[in-house]
Amino acid sequence: MKITLYATPEITAKPLIAEVILETKALLNIDRADVKPKGGEVVIDVPQDRYDEVTKAFEKRGARIIRLELPVIKDDDECVNCGACISVCPTGVISFKDDWSIEMDVSKCVQCGTCVTMCPHGALTLSE
Amino acid sequence: MGEKTIQDINARIADGSVHVVTAEEMPHIVAELGPEGAAREVDIVTTGTFGAMCSSGAWLNFGHSDPPIKMQKVWLNDVEAYSGLAAVDAYIGATQMSETRGMEYGGAHVIEDLVCGKSVDIHATAHGTDCYPRKVLDTTVTIDDINQAVMMNPRNAYQKYNVATNCSDRTLYTYMGTLLPNNGNATYSAAGVLSPIFNDPTYQTIGVGTRIFLCGAQGYITGEGTQHDPSNNFGTLMVQGDLKKMNKKYVRGATFHKYGVSLYVGIGIPIPILNADIAKATAVTDANITTNVLDYGVARRSRPVLRQVTYEELKSGMIDINGNEVTTSPMSSFHEARGIALELKESIRKGLFYPTLPVERLPNEGVSKPMKQIKEQPTVADVMASRVTTIKQGLTVEDAAKVIMEGNFNHLPVVSDEDKLVGIITAWDVAKAVAQNKRDKLDDIMTRTVITADITEPIETTARKLEQHNISALPVINNKNIVVGIITSDDISKLMTRR
Ligand code: SF4
Ligand code: SF4
Repeated sequence: MKITLYATPEITAKPLIAEVILETKALLNIDRADVKPKGGEVVIDVPQDRYDEVTKAFEKRGARIIRLELPVIKDDDECVNCGACISVCPTGVISFKDDWSIEMDVSKCVQCGTCVTMCPHGALTLSE
Repeated sequence: MGEKTIQDINARIADGSVHVVTAEEMPHIVAELGPEGAAREVDIVTTGTFGAMCSSGAWLNFGHSDPPIKMQKVWLNDVEAYSGLAAVDAYIGATQMSETRGMEYGGAHVIEDLVCGKSVDIHATAHGTDCYPRKVLDTTVTIDDINQAVMMNPRNAYQKYNVATNCSDRTLYTYMGTLLPNNGNATYSAAGVLSPIFNDPTYQTIGVGTRIFLCGAQGYITGEGTQHDPSNNFGTLMVQGDLKKMNKKYVRGATFHKYGVSLYVGIGIPIPILNADIAKATAVTDANITTNVLDYGVARRSRPVLRQVTYEELKSGMIDINGNEVTTSPMSSFHEARGIALELKESIRKGLFYPTLPVERLPNEGVSKPMKQIKEQPTVADVMASRVTTIKQGLTVEDAAKVIMEGNFNHLPVVSDEDKLVGIITAWDVAKAVAQNKRDKLDDIMTRTVITADITEPIETTARKLEQHNISALPVINNKNIVVGIITSDDISKLMTRR
């Protein structure tokens, strides 16, 4: 499952993620990191069974954690099932079902946003 | 065998005994029964396509205002429509962009809003005459308030389309969608087996006056489409239908990121199976239809063809380009195309749709000509400075500083012993290096990935590169990567003002 870690400038200076990995020994995978002067935003893939422990470890260090339920949302009224979004997704989230309609395995989404601009019908949005 | 007539088929529709199948079902039937048997068995094959058809638009007649106006210019929700005809007729083109919202909203969206029954703001201006005194008009209408609303599309239902990929190293935004660098993906247009013209490639039943499914309404083919290119299997159709009777599901405004607006249009064409020849043509499958994969990294009319592929390969989701597996995705919807073929099949079975034969055949030979250009586009060779100073790789920053100072210019290409381009140094790079006391090797400070202009490329392409990378000069190279000149944004602006 995926979480977004929000960190203030003071704590982005510390090796936060390394500390948490060492402490929990959980295999964390960084999907996307965006560190700006006003703070950092990192999307992290966390093994399902370690979620509570990892969240606590981050929170203890002053970071805010939000669980990404649906990283990318499709508006079914706008989607025409063209499939244009399929080939630009770096992680293979989107695919055709047997009937040529679209299905999404959002657990693989890294919120890069490429599919959002590719979609000619404005059917896709990233969640906050 | 005896041929069937359209009257025989229509009589079967009337008495409920007609046998209709979609173009996806037909290949199996022909494989089993042969063309003769299939022609006896099947009366009509339905086709369908649903995708971006930029050459679309609608004629609108607003009725007369009081006092009357002869609209010279007219905008619908800030999108300009063409009104250079009698007083209150206008043609709203699908790709015209909003003057306030840009490419996020355009003519296609106005047409969609009309079909959805939404109200649309009209603003018109005129010079005023004795018979049409009014100079400005502002009102709001829905599709029910206007007299005629007729979709009239000069070029739709392309028989097939090229596959787009991008060999360059930057992301491209095109009417074929986002094309990722280094062949990161490939996009295509999907109808394939359901493509109307591929199911009747000799235009025996598709012609002027053929009744079609147009966005849920019954429309007609009015002629060959513009750029009709039947000899190269790039046939197109001109179509018309009543916007007021259309289904919003099949009229969908679209925006291609950083490219512009288009309209997704749904078209279905019934092919009456009059004889074995027609039956045989409708047995076409994705495996029989080939198209070219083009490199959109080259912004010229003739883009390099990388290979041929069949629709079967494209639809597998992956094709091989120069030894790499490249993910494909359609830009048009096969799911909706299939839905259209099925909906048309149902309407025929229910006796709601009667196919017609053409009153005039469309040309089944001929090609589309390129544009005749009398003032040829200047190329880089015409504009560049061919006296360019370069510096050899391996020299020092000091050497470079001297050359730049003597020559009084900003850009110094670095070349190998064979004169091949290996990097570039600017006056700024040198100044910075000197300030940081890095005076020795040029190699340490030069930029290695150099943006270059090809000596044969049109000046427009070069101007775009300068703008995109926000730089002021490019070394010009020939096909052996040897520096043959330099071109600056100054050279280009001088040329533009001369024209
Ligand atoms: S590109 Fe947009 S409209 Fe097409 S399948 Fe993806 S979400 Fe749907
Ligand atoms: S946001 Fe990126 S990773 Fe997520 S579905 Fe879209 S393209 Fe794939």
